[in-house]
Amino acid sequence: MAKTFAEINEKIKKGQAVVVTAEEVIDLVREKGRKRVAKEVDVVTTATFGPMCSSGALLNFGHTDPPIKMQKVWLNNVPAYAGIAAVDAYIGATELSETRGMEYGGAHVIEDLISGKKVKLKAISYGTDCYPRKEVESYITLGSINQAILFNPRNAYQNYSVATNSSDRTIYTYMGVLLPNFGNANYCNCSQLSPLINDPLYRTIGVGTRIFLGGTQGYIAWEGTQHNPLQKRDKKTKIPIAPAGTLCLIGNLKEMSRDFLKAAIFYRYGVTLFVGIGIPIPILDEEMAHFVSISDEDIYTTVVDYSVPRREKPSLGKVSYKELKSGEIKIKGRKIPTAPLSSLFKAREIARILKEWIKKGKFFLQEPIQRLPLDEKFKPLDIRP
Amino acid sequence: MAKKRIVLTFPPELVDQPIIYRLVKDYDLVLNILRAQVTPKEEGKMVLELEGNKEGINKGLKYLEDMKVDVQPLAKDIKLDDKECISCGACIAVCSPKALSMNRESWKLEFDRDRCLLCGLCVPACPLGVIQIEFE
Repeated sequence: MAKTFAEINEKIKKGQAVVVTAEEVIDLVREKGRKRVAKEVDVVTTATFGPMCSSGALLNFGHTDPPIKMQKVWLNNVPAYAGIAAVDAYIGATELSETRGMEYGGAHVIEDLISGKKVKLKAISYGTDCYPRKEVESYITLGSINQAILFNPRNAYQNYSVATNSSDRTIYTYMGVLLPNFGNANYCNCSQLSPLINDPLYRTIGVGTRIFLGGTQGYIAWEGTQHNPLQKRDKKTKIPIAPAGTLCLIGNLKEMSRDFLKAAIFYRYGVTLFVGIGIPIPILDEEMAHFVSISDEDIYTTVVDYSVPRREKPSLGKVSYKELKSGEIKIKGRKIPTAPLSSLFKAREIARILKEWIKKGKFFLQEPIQRLPLDEKFKPLDIRP
Repeated sequence: MAKKRIVLTFPPELVDQPIIYRLVKDYDLVLNILRAQVTPKEEGKMVLELEGNKEGINKGLKYLEDMKVDVQPLAKDIKLDDKECISCGACIAVCSPKALSMNRESWKLEFDRDRCLLCGLCVPACPLGVIQIEFE
């Protein structure tokens, strides 16, 4: 018997929904079988908490008197994009400070704002008849401005490659410090707890899905940029074995907390933002019960040599998340110590919080209003004369 | 006899020079290499314990200085801010003595002070900047 979103929401309303995390459900399926779990469990909560560079916030500062059409904007000396109307700007997480370089960036501005700190606003303009002011310098806080919308074009990657380094020198990447001669291998995915790993064919996660974002309720706005559903998938599990689907997320920054949104610096690479995301998966039928029960030993990813600074980096083979999480993988007969970059500890906390919200009737499922594409090609940029 | 623990940083052009050999041969020092990461054409790092008479140690340090090797006293302590740490695990990759490690049950970062050689490599490896180094 299949369930619908509406039936599950009805149970949530009555406080009767059965909710477990994507880690808890694995043992349940082993114990009771797929059929019973499909019948008894209503929602499985998934989560991730990792560095996600393609993130940022849209801010509306309000109008000065006389008004200004802000042409260029800086927040704590970090440039924000202001080519949208008069007092809107987008502060990107990876933008660097013009005075402090890699020490401080857009992600830090976002974290400072949600911490309640004052942020210095500077804007310049050419002046028009309707917006005569040419310069403004002031301070803003999250409370003093109008909208503050977290709008992340690409988050929650469905799987990611493992980074290692075959060269004879240390390299510094967005995948962390990679020691020479295969000194380490870094991975960045919460595997069996991760959202799109648990719904590999995007049956329940789509445009309009209500989610946990940065400590509050947010939404999936669209497919993420570089969404690549045609990535090679494991024949048995249908889970991609390299970076594949992505999500574009939106939410109210004013309600977010720095427990689930944190600025970070990857040494000699740059600034990024750790984003906490939780996504509920309704167990509509046996197939969904099956997808959420797939565990680390059957989830694979590709090991890639980051010492080759090219678009196509050489692949060094496939490993399972069970091997990665053991602390050591074997590549070409060589043992390489592993380290995670996304925090499974915090992701578990998010999955637990989302579970509580649903159980207490504070969070309802939103059925996608449009499916994520399953057949979209991820195109390269070829340089043309 | 005196003992001193130091952290050496070799500029890339010095990595192929027999500097440690000179310390032993010319200044009669007993050396104990606690940790080293030296790669051709790259900046090298070494945590070194020197043992010898005071004059030998001072002359050895002067020699290192003349050779343009950066000499820093060994850190007294590494401080991990438990409250701010999110247990991502980015630091464990660079910690070869495995003082920083993941609890594979709770996935919380653990710091075993006894194993730490105070090399400081974890400080820049922490994306949140919650590991601090303290000098004597």
